[in-house]
Parts: sequence; C-alpha cells; structure tokens
Amino acid sequence: MKFRAKIVDAACLNHFTRVSAMVAKLAKICTLRISPQTLNFILSDKVAGGGVSMWCELEQENFFSEFQMEGVSAENNAIYLELTSENLSRALKTAQNARALKVKLTNKHFPCLTVSIELLSVSSSSRIVTHDIPVKVIPRKLWKDLQEPTVPNSDVSIYLPVLKTMKSIVEKMRNLSSHLIIEANLSGDLNLKIETELVCVTTHFKDLGNPPLASEDASQDRDPEQMAEVRIDIRKLLQFLAGQQVNPTRAVCNIVSNKLVHFDLLHEDVSLQYFIPAFS
Amino acid sequence: MPSGIAVCRVFPAARGQSGPCSLPRPLSLRTVNSSRSAYACFLFAPLFFQQYQAAAPGQEALRCKILMKSFLAAFRSLAMVEKSVEKCCISLNGRSSRLVVQLHCRYGVRKTHNLSFQDCESLQAIFDPALCSHVLRAPARVLGEAVLPFPPALAEVTLGIGCGRRVILRSYQEEEADSSVRAMVTEMSIGEEDFQQLQAQEGAAITFCLKEFRGLLSFAESANLSLSIHFDAPGRPAIFAVKDTLLDGHFVLATMSESDLHSPAPHRLVPPLQAHSTPHLDDFANDDIDSYMIAMETTVDSEGSRAGPSIPLSPGLRPPCSPGPYSEDNDAEPSTEPGTPPPKKFRSLFFGSILAPAHSPPGPSPVLAEDSEGEG
Repeated sequence: MKFRAKIVDAACLNHFTRVSAMVAKLAKICTLRISPQTLNFILSDKVAGGGVSMWCELEQENFFSEFQMEGVSAENNAIYLELTSENLSRALKTAQNARALKVKLTNKHFPCLTVSIELLSVSSSSRIVTHDIPVKVIPRKLWKDLQEPTVPNSDVSIYLPVLKTMKSIVEKMRNLSSHLIIEANLSGDLNLKIETELVCVTTHFKDLGNPPLASEDASQDRDPEQMAEVRIDIRKLLQFLAGQQVNPTRAVCNIVSNKLVHFDLLHEDVSLQYFIPAFS
Repeated sequence: MPSGIAVCRVFPAARGQSGPCSLPRPLSLRTVNSSRSAYACFLFAPLFFQQYQAAAPGQEALRCKILMKSFLAAFRSLAMVEKSVEKCCISLNGRSSRLVVQLHCRYGVRKTHNLSFQDCESLQAIFDPALCSHVLRAPARVLGEAVLPFPPALAEVTLGIGCGRRVILRSYQEEEADSSVRAMVTEMSIGEEDFQQLQAQEGAAITFCLKEFRGLLSFAESANLSLSIHFDAPGRPAIFAVKDTLLDGHFVLATMSESDLHSPAPHRLVPPLQAHSTPHLDDFANDDIDSYMIAMETTVDSEGSRAGPSIPLSPGLRPPCSPGPYSEDNDAEPSTEPGTPPPKKFRSLFFGSILAPAHSPPGPSPVLAEDSEGEG
C-alpha cells in the first residue's frame, strides 16, 4: 500500500482545508478512502454515530498536482484509513502560508498519514512543519460497510433555504425541544416544527423550489401540497448545519416519510451526502 | 508568568553592590510554581520607572511576598489599563503593612488596591547561563511563529538541533499504556539562518513545558525583544532570557531527564529527537507499509492497530556529557508543601544548582527553598 500526494496551489489548499474542517465538525472519527480518482470521507451508520451517516467525495485531480496510490491489491485498488478528523483539520490549518503541502502514508512505528508543509519564509531557508496523524488501516473484510450509500427513493425533494438562516433558527429551537420535525412538499414549502407540552413553534419557508424528479410517475401520484415529514434529533441537524461554514453551491433535502432525511450538498466540486434517520 | 503560581515576591531593592556611589538596586519580581519546576525573575532598572525610591544602600532590602491573584486583579484588563490609566504608583506602606497599588485614571478617577503581604526570605534560583553548553537566540517573533502549529493545550515540547543544524521543535506526548487513541505528533523545523545565535551541536535536545515558555514568549513578542535559550544535558534546567536596557527577564524551567524520556511503555509514541530526523520534502523512504499489512491480515483480531510487528526502540539521544557531579539533581525531592499533589510530570525533577563544583553543597539541597536560612 502506498499513497503520496502534493498540493501546490493556494486555492486548492484552502478548499481542501475547508473540506477537512467541515468533516471535523460532522464526524469525530471518520474513514478516509483513497482510490485512484477520488478521496472520500466516510461516516457509516454505526450505533455510535447515532445512525447518522456521511459520504463526502472529491475528485483528486481537482486538488492535487501529484497523486500516486497503490491499494491493497490490483483488484482492490483502494486504501481505507480510520482517523480522528480533527487531526487532519488542525494539520491543514497550519498550512496557511504554504509553498507546498505533501501528504503520504507512512509507517513510523505505526501507520500514519504524514502531512508535510513547506512554509514561505522571509529568510532564505524554508520552514517545514510535519504532522504525523495516526491512522488505523481498515482491513478489506470491513469495506462492505463503508460503501457509497444508495440514494433512497424519497417522497419529497426540495432545495434548502440559506443554511445560515436555517442554523440560527434551529439553534433557537434547540433550547425548547430535543426533537424537530422537518417537513416539505413538492410546491417549494419547507417547515421546521417543534412541539412540546407548553409550546409549538413552526418556521415556514416558501418558494424554495423543487429539483426535477427522476420519474414522471412519482410526480403525478403525489399531491404537490402534501407534506412528507420526519421527526429527527435536533442536535444531529444542528451538527450538520454547524459544519457548513460556507453556503453550498447546491443544497437539496430529500425526505423519506417517517424514515430519514437525506441532505445532498455540493460545495463547488465537493459533494456531501448526510443521512439523519428518524427518531425512534 | 509560569502557570499555577500562587506567590509573588517583590524586592524593591534586591541585589547589587552596596557602597557610597552605588546605583539604587533594581526592582525584582520573582516567582516559582507549586511543583518547583519553573522559576521566573524579572529585574527592572530604576530608569524603567518615572520615579523610583528604594531602600537606601546599607539599609535592609525591602522584600515581601504577595498573592499573584491579588496583584493581577489590580491590572485586570490590559485594554482598560492602556485606555484609561495615566499613572500607576506602587508603594510599600510599612505602617499598615500593605503594598499599595494606585492607578491614576482619566477624569480624576483613582483606584487604590491595598494588598496585604508577608515578609519572606530570599527566593533566588542559582543559575548561570554562561555555564550552559548550548545557546540559541532569535527574535521572539521567529519563536512565536515556530510554536504556532502546536495545539494550545499541548503541555510539553522537545527542542533540539537536527541534521543540517536545523532547529527542531516537536510535540511531546506521554504515551498512556491503555489508550488506543494515539495523539498526533507535530514537528517544526527552522533553518539556522533565522537565528541570531546558534551555539549547539547536532543531536542536542531538551524537553520542557511549552505552556510556561509561551508565557515568556508572548511577553517578549509584545516587547519586540529577542529571546535566548540556554540549555545543557536533558534533566538540567534550561534558561530562557529576554533583555533590554531597562529590564532583564529570566525563566528557568526544568527539563525532562533521560530516564523520563525512555519510559518503559511498550509502544513508545515517538522516537527521541535524532540528529537525522529532519524530514526532507522528497523523502518517501517510509512509505512502504506492506509488511505491516501482511502481519495485520494474518491476525484473528480485526483491530489492527496493535498487531504490528514489534519494533525495537531507537537508540535515541545520548547526553553530550556524562552526568557528572550533578546527578543528585535528578533525585526526587519531596514537595515542601505537604498535601499539594504535584500536577505535572516534572514533579520528580528538581532543577539543581548549577554551581561550580567547589561551591556545590554536599548533598541534594533545595535551590529554591522558602525555608532556607539566610540569603540564597
């Protein structure tokens, strides 16, 4: 197994740093999947994560000027590493004024992802910062649990409002209730509702727009005004929203009634899918 | 100031020659932390102050001990101080046994703090930077940038000279035997050219408390001073000094000894700083972890992190000189404050006196001793 890659472009480095910061907010421990064309940050829906799962994908050639990898074997040409997301985020944050950043898989008494940063310096000699991020190599037999989740057949698909607005509303609602109902219809309406013994609060978003549906049949069957709803843990929604520091290029919410909510985001060229199951 | 300090001693006139033409003695502020692993001393020349009236030469030196918390409370907000305080007067009121700190602020507002003090014996660590074999000196800004990549919560750091006379700072993590979550290791490598002085051989290294160093560093950065680091073999105290025409500051910090660095834990996190450990940008020599993968696939347990082949500990750093007459410095010295559990691993270190052999005391004697008799 081998992996080494290099970033020299400042914009690519900043973007990669933002992606890692977002992942660090969404998952304390995540899996990094390295394959010839893509990098993925994965959180699978184990009980520990509360059933939440995440799949973040980026095309490596959009970031790295050099990229070489050799997976476990020719048939299984991928590397799966488990790491503490914050370590990668912190390491990348120190590359603010970097001339170049190299990342490679090393074995310094135990497997590490070594991030090596050459900083710009006023003097003739450069400064080098090295971070050794401990990783756990995930054996092949566990890979089946870490595959791209199938996009469920949703009842409603709708574009999200400005995430910052949504986040400040959900933050306030969190003080009142631990569960939140998210409901939407095919007429561009989305509601965030909390219901407690003492109070009910609903925030209505209108005219959000709905992405075109895949199949014509589905759109004919469903009454556009009919709401599809799912009740979720408010903290999980808040954690997801807190991870979005920048408003995404595209943000879609797919609701499977009473089952789960699926957020499908695009940050420039990085896709993020986040699944929150219904509260049981 | 080093963290965890509860006591501050003020010497309006601490040391200096006495004689008919002598200058007034400087103001000195000294302190030591509870585990006796960090000592700080700041000397202010009389010219630092607008007005300075100390004990006359020949007269008994005024010396008192104040609670740090109380003293700092008078200067609670630096922003407030900079904006509204016009003058600050500090005086010792013998009659009422109070140290009076008076802040003359704008609009005629005057804030007076009366701090009670205790008489005390001399607190003085005996150290001589000139006796240290290694010296580094750089503008505080360079060192400030050097510690930036390290997490604010990091307790200890190793400083040493690597290959090509590069100065290396590396995070030091104590490996807990039962922890399955390893910590990230960060290393910063700076070229010799960034230093105003670098008198040290490759392989020399010490491990000390980063938090305390940051304290002095932030002061030095704000005052735009250079900071020099004098150190010797691991285990011997390291001296961090800043100086300008009006003030002189020293931090003396205990460093970890060889025995502390080579802990018996089977999975030592990081090899001690080696002379050849400078990462070269094109060095991919350690890429190949195939042998590790093979070992892991054959174990029944799917938790792979501990199943790797065992690797012998690297030989590590040899001290540049033999322990010599100061080996007793590493003996554990019981804290003079009973019931105070030492919070840090430096508890067993005791930075001994760096005296010339002729003056060294016969047995392990506390250098910083509140209860020592007479002048230190």
